[in-house]
Amino acid sequence: MNSKTEPVQDIKRRRDGVLNAYVNRIPFFKYLGITFERKGDELTGVLTYSPKLIGNAVVSRLHGGGTSAFLESTATMTLGWKSVWDAMESGEFDLEADDIKLPPLPKTISITTDYLRPGLPRDAYARATITRAGRRYASVQVEAWQDNRDTLFAQSTLHFLMPGAKP
Amino acid sequence: MAKPTPEQASFTERLPLCKAMRMKVTDVEDGAATLTMPYDPEMIGDPETGVIHGGPVSVLLDSVSGLAVTMHPDNTSMTATIDLRIDYMRPAPPGQDLTASAQVYHTTRTVAFIRATAWADDESKPIAQATGAFVFARKATS
Repeated sequence: MNSKTEPVQDIKRRRDGVLNAYVNRIPFFKYLGITFERKGDELTGVLTYSPKLIGNAVVSRLHGGGTSAFLESTATMTLGWKSVWDAMESGEFDLEADDIKLPPLPKTISITTDYLRPGLPRDAYARATITRAGRRYASVQVEAWQDNRDTLFAQSTLHFLMPGAKP
Repeated sequence: MAKPTPEQASFTERLPLCKAMRMKVTDVEDGAATLTMPYDPEMIGDPETGVIHGGPVSVLLDSVSGLAVTMHPDNTSMTATIDLRIDYMRPAPPGQDLTASAQVYHTTRTVAFIRATAWADDESKPIAQATGAFVFARKATS
């Protein structure tokens, strides 16, 4: 597995299989309308617009709490995905199993969200950068935009407790 | 704390995400508010334990903070979150409703600063706490 000549469809099946297994087992992602697009190991969170995401109905703006929830979800999934990458690539997860044995996702310790612009009633996207990945703690920055990648409407900094870390 | 008037109670009905998460206004006073949110399996973030995702807790804390700003006697405008920091202190107990209260602890002409706490059955054991800054337009003093 994972030789330089491994068939591309096998690689995609493995990586998409593990990503989907994570995403599908978290009901809240579906509830809010969060999905992930993958390019190699890079993830982009997508928040598909629906009317229930509105906070201010007078001017039709996304609810700040929902935006923060989307940023937290993207940060958590990006960090969790990165932390299982090596195990996944070495073939540790049995994708044929009914219940793939995946490590739990990191737990959020804190999140600080800056609301830079009003969230418009349309899809939003987010990408996270892991600024520090320690054995016990990790720090992540995440940016969200709607129309223009360089025009952020929100950003968050988060700290995480890694799964399996001893208290 | 005082029971909300029908107008105040309708706050969560007018915010679609609060309505979707079935939040209710239970108490209001000047610059302070309390909301509840029932447990919902659709909000689970950890399928092993049934603990809800941090996201709905963020929505609850952001909403109650916004309502507290709206309830400030000197407030003259709609509000919006400038920043919000949340510390997750313990998992939300599966199956239990959550309550959150917020207080405006300082205002300037343009900014309201808030503190908020969320808990399940015991207010002395918060599951999360928040501090934040909100858009505020203070009533002109004559």
